[in-house]
Amino acid sequence: MDRLALDIAHLFAGGLVLVSFMLLYQDRMFGLLNIFALHALVVSLSVAWQAYIQEAPHLYITAAIALVVKAFIIPVALHRIIVRLGIHRTIEPVVGIGQTMLAGIGLVALSVMVMLPITAEAGTLAREDLAFALSVILLGLLMMVSRRNAVSQVIGFMSIENGLILAATGAKGMPLVVEISVAFSILVALIVIGIFLFRIRERFDTVDMHALDQSRGERP
Amino acid sequence: MALEGLLWCTAALLGASVAAVVLARRRMATPIVYGVALAATAVALGAAAWSLLARGAPEALSLPVGLPWLGAHFSLDPLAAFFLLVVNLGGATASLYGLGYGRHEEAPARVLPFFPAFLAGMNLVVVADDAFTFLFTWEFMSLSSWALVMAHHRRPGNAAAGYIYLLMASLGTLALLLAFGLLAGTTGGYAFDAIRAATPSAPVSAVVLSLALIGAGSKAGLVPLHVWLPLAHPAAPSHVSALMSGVMTKVAVYGFMRIVFDLLGPPGWWWGALVPALGAVTAVLGVLYALMQHDLKRLLAYHTVENIGIIFIGLGLALAFQAAEMPAAAALALTAALFHVFNHSVFKSLLFFGAGAVLTATGERDMEHLGGLIHRMPRTAFCFLVGSAAISALPPFNGFVSEWLTFQAILLSPALPQWLLKFLVPAIGAMLALSAALAAACFVKAFGVTFLGRPRTQVAQDATETDRLSLTAMYVFVALCLLAGILPGYFLDALAPVTQALVGARMPPQESLSWLTIVPIAESRSSYNGLLLFGFIAFSAWFATYVIHRWASAATRRSAPWDCGFPDATPVTQYTAGSFTQPIRRVFGTVVLRAREEVDMPPPGDARAARLHVALHDVLWDALYEPTARLVRFIAERLNKVQFLTIRAYLTLVFGALVVLLMILAVWN
Amino acid sequence: MELILDALVQFGEITLVLVAAPLLTGYVRKVKARLLRRQGPPLLQPYRDLARLIRKEVVLAHNASWVFRVTPYIVFATTWVAAGLVPTFASGLVVSYAADMIAIVALLGSARFMLALAGLDVGTSFGGIGSSREMMIASLAEPAMLMVVFTLSLLAGSTQLSSIAAFMQGPGVGLRVSLALSLFGIIMVAIAENARIPVDNPATHLELTMVHEAMILEYSGRHLALIEAASFLKLLLYVSVIACVFAPWGVAVSGAGPVAYLAGVAAYLAKLAVGGFLLALFETAIAKMRVFRVPDFLGAALMLGFLAALLLFVTLAH
Repeated sequence: MDRLALDIAHLFAGGLVLVSFMLLYQDRMFGLLNIFALHALVVSLSVAWQAYIQEAPHLYITAAIALVVKAFIIPVALHRIIVRLGIHRTIEPVVGIGQTMLAGIGLVALSVMVMLPITAEAGTLAREDLAFALSVILLGLLMMVSRRNAVSQVIGFMSIENGLILAATGAKGMPLVVEISVAFSILVALIVIGIFLFRIRERFDTVDMHALDQSRGERP
Repeated sequence: MALEGLLWCTAALLGASVAAVVLARRRMATPIVYGVALAATAVALGAAAWSLLARGAPEALSLPVGLPWLGAHFSLDPLAAFFLLVVNLGGATASLYGLGYGRHEEAPARVLPFFPAFLAGMNLVVVADDAFTFLFTWEFMSLSSWALVMAHHRRPGNAAAGYIYLLMASLGTLALLLAFGLLAGTTGGYAFDAIRAATPSAPVSAVVLSLALIGAGSKAGLVPLHVWLPLAHPAAPSHVSALMSGVMTKVAVYGFMRIVFDLLGPPGWWWGALVPALGAVTAVLGVLYALMQHDLKRLLAYHTVENIGIIFIGLGLALAFQAAEMPAAAALALTAALFHVFNHSVFKSLLFFGAGAVLTATGERDMEHLGGLIHRMPRTAFCFLVGSAAISALPPFNGFVSEWLTFQAILLSPALPQWLLKFLVPAIGAMLALSAALAAACFVKAFGVTFLGRPRTQVAQDATETDRLSLTAMYVFVALCLLAGILPGYFLDALAPVTQALVGARMPPQESLSWLTIVPIAESRSSYNGLLLFGFIAFSAWFATYVIHRWASAATRRSAPWDCGFPDATPVTQYTAGSFTQPIRRVFGTVVLRAREEVDMPPPGDARAARLHVALHDVLWDALYEPTARLVRFIAERLNKVQFLTIRAYLTLVFGALVVLLMILAVWN
Repeated sequence: MELILDALVQFGEITLVLVAAPLLTGYVRKVKARLLRRQGPPLLQPYRDLARLIRKEVVLAHNASWVFRVTPYIVFATTWVAAGLVPTFASGLVVSYAADMIAIVALLGSARFMLALAGLDVGTSFGGIGSSREMMIASLAEPAMLMVVFTLSLLAGSTQLSSIAAFMQGPGVGLRVSLALSLFGIIMVAIAENARIPVDNPATHLELTMVHEAMILEYSGRHLALIEAASFLKLLLYVSVIACVFAPWGVAVSGAGPVAYLAGVAAYLAKLAVGGFLLALFETAIAKMRVFRVPDFLGAALMLGFLAALLLFVTLAH
């Protein structure tokens, strides 16, 4: 039973990595939002399972916050923003999807290579879970780096936070205060970013970051 | 005894070479020279096979030629016997092919003297037992093959190909010279026995490995030293191309194995990372370049690069297992590599013979000018089809067995302790799988565009079948492809003494297994039974034929193909080689080969033809060779000033050199 | 006696796959039609199609060669042999040690090789378009499948399907991430190899949207019957492999009694039904991709397989 419980937790962590890869693969805006909602759903399920096997009821609240805020409110809000801004529906990646996926695999290998030797005394599954959490963070960063569109960068930023939650809950012991403050800061960041997006759109008629480059001062 | 017989055979070959110089103008020179070559290589083949299968003790011989204090040492151990078998099998069938093909040779005086010399050189390299003999015969082999490459030197591109070949061959020999120098060390013993006794330190071993990779690898065709191969191999006459691709590259593999597995001491773990990685990159790049070619012989030459990559993957894995002290796994990897050496020489020679037959029949090497040859040259087409299926690693032929063994070796690698290897080996496995799939695509294109479809030019329509001797040579290889695929156990058992000598272990004995299955490590892990599989396929095909003939309608009608209402008589509308590879070029070529397509489309109403231009860049040529060539030219121009100094300046130079040497002598003491 | 019983069971497996293959395709078509609120063709229609095709005359192009005429037999033979080697209701049979998963993948590769050549044989553009696209898809699907095979054999310690099936039934397997990744990978490869939506449309009439259908455009009569039977068998093969590896319950071990075999057959047919239903559901819910999105799709499958193998390489300590 214990073995099965650990296996299921491990499976959720691996599933989160898989969904991060699916985020990298998407080339449509609305598909991206749906997959991000799935990402948040997997994280909340994983946290809820951790709450069950660690018998830490405050984690249930964490799971509920992740579910409600990240899987419903934020995707719906972004959906509205996108529709209102009329942003171009497809996302152009900077390099091709194949190379982005290859880079993603390299990042997973890197996080495994970093994490496994460090955590030599912990159990195998815990070590792999930490490696997966680091992979999710790195894949979120890769997503921010390899996309031109501001909204997809926001989503990459959100998925980084999901990876952090996975790491924190997996390592047994994340106080509720920390979780609430982290969640609120992300929410505030989202609101600020949303406001900025509107302003950028007003001024420049686009949210393509590349186009904004033209307006930086001191061009040679 | 076998060794003496072999040396007599090489003497006969050299004699035939001299005779060819004398007789060159006569008409009977061709059959005499090729006949002698055939006889000599057949006897040598028998001697090598006897030595390998009889598993006698290694023989050694010393002749009083060469350097006065060294003499010339020769030895015939299991490794040499196996490679002699490969060399002479290729040589005998090439001579048989040459008996038929050589009649169409336009400049026999430029080909006949060097062909037996080339065979003799390859034989001598394999049995050489000291560094001087090895290097001398290696150079002899290179020079005679260079002469053969330059046989048709007036054709465009051949002179440049010969020049690059000579350059790369010299680079390779220089690297090998330095490697042997380091191996002999300060004691200076050049005989292989002396070198085996002295174990070099780890840094020296590393340098020797790198030099061996450069020297033997450039002759074998490892990336990035492969550039000469697709230029030189197609330039030579077809049976010589078969020998160069199918046999000379294997002699280079032999050189690498002799230096790294036999003469160097125990391997370091990182050798098992570098060599398979190089092999994997070579395999993928080789097959991608091959896919983009329209010239049939150049496609086959690039494909040789891919197969050499696969062989080096096996060799590298054997090194990794040896360093990790897993002798059974090392034996498996080594056997896989050696079996692939044999298989590749068989089917690559077969394919080159087929290409030579096409070239003789039509005068064309470009696939885009051929087509429909299966109706005009049915037997050649059948042999080429078997060769294509074998090289694409399709069961029940032999290519599949050696690739299967390589995959099994890869599956044993999680036991390797180093982290880098744990990450590298699955990547190598993925690249091996990718190159196998791309190879199948490449040969569908090669066979499909050349032999199938409708003839695209008049010469393709007027082609005739090749002569019987060339066909016989091809049939021999077709039979071998099938036999080695159906009964691989016997071949694997024959390789056992080689792996035993090199890594100290062998694969489990195969001939005792039930139903002639082969088993890489233990019965419970994996097994493959080529004979049963072939039997099943034959039975299913027979069953289907029986059912169809019993119950189906036998009516057949010939008619025009489906044309959507737009009947076209011109064969130009069928798929070309370029259009066949366009999807793959788009997927892989844009990144790896910087392939760009430009379409020049006339505006509506303008009746001129649209043009599609495909530009490919060899990234290695642009990144590695061009800058090196520019650097060499720059230095040479600077140094050229030394040619035009005054007499006083030359005297100053001599005086300066003398003073410097005296100073060194003073400091040394 | 053991051997004879074993041979009989093997013979039963071989005939079962041959008989059940058209039924599976008929079932998938029926479910798809029902999901689209149509009646759809009857379940046994593929059998009638095969019978009808066999009785028809073969029309050959003027310049079709012997390759064109021989290919249907070779394709059918290799696909049937490959399908017969997959454990359906019984595993551990003697003959299944003749070929492992790599050999099964390579057998399907042989069939594809001959079919691509037949597409080029007639010398029209349609065959060329089918063959070139098919080889592009194969150049990514085969490595992805091989990486999945690697992952499974690293876990089970062998590349034989019987050993893998036995391992998956045993207690040592656990819920591994690599298994989930390889399940995704093999499903994606199965969709691509069987010419299903979203990679290819098996029911299209537009030549520019065809891959597999374009290669076999010129075939008619008994040749077409053999090729259709081979594609039915290929679908059955992939569903059987997924079922035997990822849903191994009910597969009888070699040497069990006839009751176990009958239960195995029932379990197998149930698995086929579930698999067919899920396939039909998936095909109805999703749209076909552009041709040059297929490499992204299959590249993702290759990456998944590679990632699964990499994770196993790193975490397995033999």
